Amino acid sequence: MAAKTDNNPITMDTFLSGIWKENPVFVMLLGMCPVLAVTNSVANALAMGLATTFVLLCSNALISLLRHHIPKEVRIAAYIVIIATFVTVVDYLIHAISLEVYNALGAFIQLIVVNCMILGRAEAFASRHRLSSTLINGLGMGVGFTIALLCLGSVRELLGAGTLLGFPIFGEAFEPWVIMLLPPGGFFVLGAWLLLFAWVKERQIKRSAAASVGEAAVNAR
Amino acid sequence: MSSSASVQPQKPKPTSSVKLITTLGLIALFSGLLVVSVFEFTKPYIAENQRIALERAVLEVIPGAVERRDFILTDEGVFPKDQAPESGSIIHAGFDEAGRFQGVALEASGRGYADVIRVLYGYDPSCQCIVGMTVLESRETPGLGDKIETDPLFVANFERLDARLAADGSGLANRIRTVDPGAAEQPWEIDGITGATISAEAIGNMLNRSADSVLPELAPHWAAFEQNN
Amino acid sequence: MHADSLGFIFLNAAIINNFVLALFLGICPLLGVSGKLNTAFSMGVATALVMLISSISAWLINEVITHFDLEFLRLIAYIAVIASAVQLVEMTIKKYSPPLYRALGIFLPLITTNCAILGVALFQTNYEYSFVQSLFYSLGAGAGFILAIVLMAGLREKLELADVPSIARGAAMSLMLAGILSLAFMGFAGLGG
Repeated sequence: MAAKTDNNPITMDTFLSGIWKENPVFVMLLGMCPVLAVTNSVANALAMGLATTFVLLCSNALISLLRHHIPKEVRIAAYIVIIATFVTVVDYLIHAISLEVYNALGAFIQLIVVNCMILGRAEAFASRHRLSSTLINGLGMGVGFTIALLCLGSVRELLGAGTLLGFPIFGEAFEPWVIMLLPPGGFFVLGAWLLLFAWVKERQIKRSAAASVGEAAVNAR
Repeated sequence: MSSSASVQPQKPKPTSSVKLITTLGLIALFSGLLVVSVFEFTKPYIAENQRIALERAVLEVIPGAVERRDFILTDEGVFPKDQAPESGSIIHAGFDEAGRFQGVALEASGRGYADVIRVLYGYDPSCQCIVGMTVLESRETPGLGDKIETDPLFVANFERLDARLAADGSGLANRIRTVDPGAAEQPWEIDGITGATISAEAIGNMLNRSADSVLPELAPHWAAFEQNN
Repeated sequence: MHADSLGFIFLNAAIINNFVLALFLGICPLLGVSGKLNTAFSMGVATALVMLISSISAWLINEVITHFDLEFLRLIAYIAVIASAVQLVEMTIKKYSPPLYRALGIFLPLITTNCAILGVALFQTNYEYSFVQSLFYSLGAGAGFILAIVLMAGLREKLELADVPSIARGAAMSLMLAGILSLAFMGFAGLGG
């Protein structure tokens, strides 16, 4: 059966599922720690999103290539070692590229290791699919994760500091809502996004239910 | 795909432990090689970044300085970093274009409101005063506690803050401290910040503690900085 | 209180910079396992136990690593140690206390991917704590984790009976609650300053 899933055709869905249907943050609630901790500005959110995507792509690509060679008894240990390796690589790269970003993200770069999303993808997708579809799915997940981080980061920076990427938006008269930059603000903004998504989903369900009732009425006539 | 059982072969044969160990060993070997090569590759860039950041901070707190040189403070005295006979604490000193000694940059840290605050301050021996201060690390509340970095009135306290040594050279003559906003009357008092009382007081206390302990050690050796031109 | 004193390190990790509510470490179990008060407490205790063990082993490993100048292996070594510490705790509890194993068993594998555990190991290295300081730090972090998850579970049990709009049920509600708890914990900042 393993061969069967190996040859699944790559569809648009392989990529898009990570962005909308299975969005790691808003739908699957994975990897919440960095989502809340580093999103007090757009720049930090972007850096974290890119770093996580890089680790996700590299580690899953390697796991996908080795999928027939890793015995299942030690697969989790092997996955964790591979992920930790790429996280260390990213840690050094960010440190070399920009000290400012490195100091802003702090220990959260190293904590990418325990981001459940990456291990979850390795276990659920990369270990069963060939390289090409793993890469596309991983890219979708990474983009979905980055978009979610940006959603939070932009709201928090806009309300908490009145700026976006450091540029003032609201002008001098705006009194920043400092609470948005502090820990409670992270919880509140993520909660509000989840409320919004739940509301959209409920409305869709109601509409489709209403539509099917309407069709049934037409058919009955 | 939905359940892990459907993907595994129907009768999984137990894998031999030799294979388990070889696989893990190979993966560990690969990881080690990758990490070490990235470490070696990024090392010079990281060192360079840190040097630039340190240099910027040192030159910022010593007005007039354009060049940084490192010295080592030992029990014997002060020596340029490459001539030090033994290990000791590193002192960053600032020099102007003509190579004249302008002052030293010292680090102080203490407990702020949210977490530990680390600052770098410049000390000019010719006026026996603190001539600049910059925050290296703080997690103070944005908009309130972080005014220790952003409030121009508070930062202006450190343009010329008196840090004279007592006559016997054992410590500061006057205790550096933070007072209520606008209440500073003496040259060694710091005007506090409304809404950031604890953070501002923490700065005063950590400067006092650091200057009180380090300056008496440095004071006999100012000439050593001047000579090395 | 001095910033390096043991009492302060404990309080700092438990309350002032609470791992869950101020540093956002260990959010997954906070959202996932805080439905019932008694399971939440068991989860908290299991996590605190693993935290203590992995903190001690991480300190020892760090000594070895810094001695041989192998800093770049730190992260890989830590995560390997935590994974094996979890296994070890699981096997020990299973052998010596079956009732405790039945209560905690299902949570133990989950703990490996709890950021708070790795967080303790990484932060104690960053702060350059001594052995005793690390011990108090991990104890404080564990106590803080238990406190946060138990408070959360208590609130959620009360809300079971409340009439909440259907879209706000589940994660959104839990996050709002966590936000309010975190707001309350902010009041502890400055304690001991």
